[in-house]
Amino acid sequence: MAVTSAATPAPRSRDDLAESRAGYALAMPAMAILFIVLLGPSLAVIVLALTDWQLGAPSMNFIGVGNFEQLLADRVFWRSFGNTIIYCLVTVPGSVFLGLGIALLVELAPAGRAFYRAAYFLPVTSTLIAMAVVWEFLLHPSVGLVNLTLELVGLKGVDWLKNPDVALFTLAGIGIWQSVGLNMVLFMAGIQAIPGDLYEAAEVDGAGGAWNRFRTVTWPMLGPTTLFVTVVSSIRSFQVFDTVEVLTKGGPNKATEVLLYTMYTEGFSFFRTGYASAVTVVFVLIVLVLTLAQVRLGERRTHYS
Amino acid sequence: MTRPRSTPVALLRHAVLLAGVVVMLAPFVWMVSTSLKPPNEIFSTDLSLLPRKWFAAENYTAAFTKVPLLRYLMNGVIVTAGIFAAQLVVSLPCAYAMAKLRFRGREVMFTLVLVGLMIPAQVPAIPRYVMLYQVGLLDSYAALILPFVVSAFGIFLMRQFFRTVPDDLVHAARLDGCGEFEILWRIMLPLAFPAMVAFAIISVVAHWNDFFWPLVVIQTGDLATPPLGTLFFRNEEAGSDFGPLMAGTVVITAPLVLLFLGAQRRFIEGMTLTGMKG
Repeated sequence: MAVTSAATPAPRSRDDLAESRAGYALAMPAMAILFIVLLGPSLAVIVLALTDWQLGAPSMNFIGVGNFEQLLADRVFWRSFGNTIIYCLVTVPGSVFLGLGIALLVELAPAGRAFYRAAYFLPVTSTLIAMAVVWEFLLHPSVGLVNLTLELVGLKGVDWLKNPDVALFTLAGIGIWQSVGLNMVLFMAGIQAIPGDLYEAAEVDGAGGAWNRFRTVTWPMLGPTTLFVTVVSSIRSFQVFDTVEVLTKGGPNKATEVLLYTMYTEGFSFFRTGYASAVTVVFVLIVLVLTLAQVRLGERRTHYS
Repeated sequence: MTRPRSTPVALLRHAVLLAGVVVMLAPFVWMVSTSLKPPNEIFSTDLSLLPRKWFAAENYTAAFTKVPLLRYLMNGVIVTAGIFAAQLVVSLPCAYAMAKLRFRGREVMFTLVLVGLMIPAQVPAIPRYVMLYQVGLLDSYAALILPFVVSAFGIFLMRQFFRTVPDDLVHAARLDGCGEFEILWRIMLPLAFPAMVAFAIISVVAHWNDFFWPLVVIQTGDLATPPLGTLFFRNEEAGSDFGPLMAGTVVITAPLVLLFLGAQRRFIEGMTLTGMKG
């Protein structure tokens, strides 16, 4: 989608003046509300991050970068930051490569295509909180489906959500389960956009066989899609919160503490508003870098479609 | 893609994909299965999909009486419908103006919309909370709806769509004496129906499933949206009574799952757009 538009010359005639007036009348209410509920509060976060304010406290002092100094010295913050990165490092490659693999298999033949697409996509639209409660039951150490199934094949399960070495990876697994369908659909669109004659040309050049076709045509042509899907997945994974709040509350022993969860507890449980705002600023900086990468990639991607 | 197809390859494809489907759907299947079982079968270690003794009536009755499930669903409808209606009323005129009218500052405004598009939903949470606290609106429907009455994504999506409508159509209507508002209402809206459906799906799925914001502003059980209500229910059960709890999650997940199964194409198209949004 092109986002730029033709330059707007200054209105001259009476008609132009009327058009200009109508433009303001129609656009300004939305812009004013956008400022009040989104842009203003987002700017306010930056200001609050420079204060020591606690919600309900009568006074507020500007302390410069004091909150950020405190953050950098806070072991919980670093744990939280590291956990968020680990979560992304598991979830993003997992959901991107599984999504790609499933898309390739589904697109291989028309048989069952609609069924597979619907089945893999279902977790994307379902209410994650309700499904998290279901996962909690599935992961129950003694009566959960996961450990009972493992027992059937002679393996011994663990306490997936209470074992500090495992809990973060369990949440990452649920994250992959939830998002793989979206990546699959994006890859399917990418695969369908590859011109068929490229495969014929590859065949003529002697690149026969499924693996060669994938290596010489599909994978290079999917390059922009793959980058795009990776960035979108990173942004989504970075915002992990729901499963943490419902399943582990950041525990056991901070093993699943992630950035948004830290922001939530500091801001809405301890009401350390200034400090929580500083966490938000760190969070948004990282997401903005990822988003700008996405916009760039989005522009590149449209050249292929 | 045209490929030589042989039976072993086709079989292998189905085998691998079906194995994946089992993993993807297991939580849904097990949720429904558990909601039909009595406690002693739930806490037994043998795996059976169907209950030996049907306990569905008991579990679902318990789910609806232990917590106000219907109330949660109704809150979900009120909040998502309220948000989407407001988003339409606020966003459509703005999107039309940005697509078809020339006025000074239009590009700046559009840039602001794009900036709004990039801000993750949790970023303005703290100031929004402070604002609602100061006007005494925490813990109310207003707290759930007001922060979302404008959607940068909605303005963007509808503007992109309105731009594809030929200018001649707009000019002709003006010559016929139509005002801008009339053009929007009579000409643009009927044309924009498919884009509005995509917008509706994105908005409804996002706000029906939203957990972070209701968790922050709602304390009263009666005002809980479906996800928050699910959490209240879970906390009340404290991991003991899985039958009614799973019955509750079936009821909570059913509306979107049914909607998705009924309108798959539109859902997938719409959700792919959110993927682009990030």
